[in-house]
Amino acid sequence: MVELLSGNYAIAEAVRLCDVDFIAAYPITPQTPIYEKISEMVSDGKIRGQMMRAESEHSAMAACISASLTGVRVFTASSSQGIAFMHEMLHFASGNRVPIVMGCVNRVVSSPWAFGSDQTDTLSQRDTGWLQLYCENGQEALDTVIMAYRVAETVFLPVMVIIDGFYTSHFIEPVDIPEKENVDRYLPPKNLPNRFDHRNPAFLQNVVDAFYYSEFKKRQFEDTLRAKDVIVEADRIFGDTFGRSYGIVEAVHLDDAEIGIVTSGAITSCARLSVRNLREKGIKAGLLKIKLFRPFPYEEVVRYLSHLKKVVVIDRNVSVGKGGIFCDELKASMCNLENRPQIYGFIGGLCGEDLPPELIEKITLYVLREEKPPEMPIWIHGTNF
Amino acid sequence: MDTRDELLRQGHLACPGCGLAVAMRLVLSVLGQKTIVVIIPSCEAVISATYPLSALKVPAFHSAFVIAGATASGISRALKIRGEDDITVLAFAGDGGTYDIGLQSLSGAAERNEDFIYVCLDNEAYMNTGIQASSSTPYCSWTITTPKGKREKKKKLMDIIVAHSVPYAATATIGYPEDLMEKVKKAKALRGTRFIHILAPCPTGWRMKEDLTGIVSILASETKVFPLYEVYDGEIYKITKMPKGLPVRDYLSIQGRFSHLKDEDIEEIQRNVDREWERLMYLVKRNEKA
Ligand code: SF4
Repeated sequence: MVELLSGNYAIAEAVRLCDVDFIAAYPITPQTPIYEKISEMVSDGKIRGQMMRAESEHSAMAACISASLTGVRVFTASSSQGIAFMHEMLHFASGNRVPIVMGCVNRVVSSPWAFGSDQTDTLSQRDTGWLQLYCENGQEALDTVIMAYRVAETVFLPVMVIIDGFYTSHFIEPVDIPEKENVDRYLPPKNLPNRFDHRNPAFLQNVVDAFYYSEFKKRQFEDTLRAKDVIVEADRIFGDTFGRSYGIVEAVHLDDAEIGIVTSGAITSCARLSVRNLREKGIKAGLLKIKLFRPFPYEEVVRYLSHLKKVVVIDRNVSVGKGGIFCDELKASMCNLENRPQIYGFIGGLCGEDLPPELIEKITLYVLREEKPPEMPIWIHGTNF
Repeated sequence: MDTRDELLRQGHLACPGCGLAVAMRLVLSVLGQKTIVVIIPSCEAVISATYPLSALKVPAFHSAFVIAGATASGISRALKIRGEDDITVLAFAGDGGTYDIGLQSLSGAAERNEDFIYVCLDNEAYMNTGIQASSSTPYCSWTITTPKGKREKKKKLMDIIVAHSVPYAATATIGYPEDLMEKVKKAKALRGTRFIHILAPCPTGWRMKEDLTGIVSILASETKVFPLYEVYDGEIYKITKMPKGLPVRDYLSIQGRFSHLKDEDIEEIQRNVDREWERLMYLVKRNEKA
């Protein structure tokens, strides 16, 4: 059934479809409509689960972790400072191997105080051991939440499903809401282990020595790498069941391209138009949308980009003192190749600053004229393009 | 107590004479096998388990420092969702994890009246990290971070908890084990957030001989430094052990952490204790009149 929904409401619909048992949340702009909508659904009985009104994001995540360990399906959502405030518990969640799904709505992390979209909030959590999936629009967000439960409950790792604040979270678009029975068939049966078993009492999270610490971390690391195949599979079966799939990356016109544009999240929609316009002008441009950020899809990146001469990476995020974070990861993926493209990193669209297709075209034309990429990123800001 | 009821095994890692380990034993023996324990960084955590061993015979989870209240909330709610109504969720937290870093999480849980028992094992400083002052450390007490004695008074934690109108809040010490166990029993029979504040002397941090743990616990109550009482629904106060009113000097003088005190310090502490006792008696009588 197609309905007009914002990205936030699309995520709330997915939570309903997934029969989530326990939701703990704390309000923050631009995540609030998710929290509000789920509260309404719980109070109307559309979601049979419980909503816990947490007194902070840190507590919301802590309660999700302990509820998940007790064997129920859980969800939370947050943005910006809220995700930053959760940081400690994010490490805890992945280390405890709990299959939590969290809706993340990108917003600037202060200072300065601001509200627009900026991926630095979630990307700052890249080393916490969460799987990260960046979605382009509300439909993809809804579908990805459903996929995320299948993935999380298979690999026992937590998953962030990420959308751009305001652009995706508040824009209203037609969204196809899958049939509940199909979602029930698609998801694994809800029999999560209760790790507090009185027949076999165990102490979770005891203090370990150096040997066991490395042992646990190595296993977590290996399982996180293995999660990639599980995500690919979950996406494929989703396609078979619902007629839509996204891949962990999406390549558009890259086979014959001379230049590739790399994006993630909502900016991808503009870049699609840029590629079309550039091709109309006879410029062989292509696009790589990166959906999966952790584990980083380095093989796919190499497969689709290594034959190109030039690559443009647009980052709506910044690692101060270094550059755009997607660009950095992409460079690292290719550093051992003998022949690799020149990689031009651009930082733009911070705090939701507009990045229309024409601007992306201008950037691409500029890169085509350049001989050598600078070490540091180029800022698309103000009037420099 | 029948040793078959013991849920804290022998061979745990507490220092000799540790009041905390005794308190844990007593609490667990009343709550029984059908308990899930939440522990946060503290001596409790080290006493209980280093991988792959556990001194506890019940399932337990060592959560993060800030977060005993929210962790217990999550487990308790998940048990209800699963339809398991016969299990008690118990949070053990030290004074640092309760008075300081964990107060917000506890307050959130208490205001929502989450269904669990929270036991604060108060040894009046950060002992696990090596005797640094907390907001529970008493006035004038030496710690490594208050080398000349703490200048601030101990935070009135019970008042904060009572302000949340929780169904049951009580103080206890291991000096009166029957009183302590009776309170745990009452707490177990109720629902909602139940809070028990246990003074748990720490010979290591209090700078005293390890055989004084029991005596010092009794003296804390008998000198009115730590009166034993309970509060129902944030309203009704009951004294459970009327103190003899011994001079505070008896309590202070056997602890190395107060050895630097001058007579005037002790007199001032006595005045503070007397004033607090009067306030407590006012609260007790207020509801007797009503
Ligand atoms: S330091 Fe104190 S509280 Fe900690 S185990 Fe030793 S005696 Fe017990």
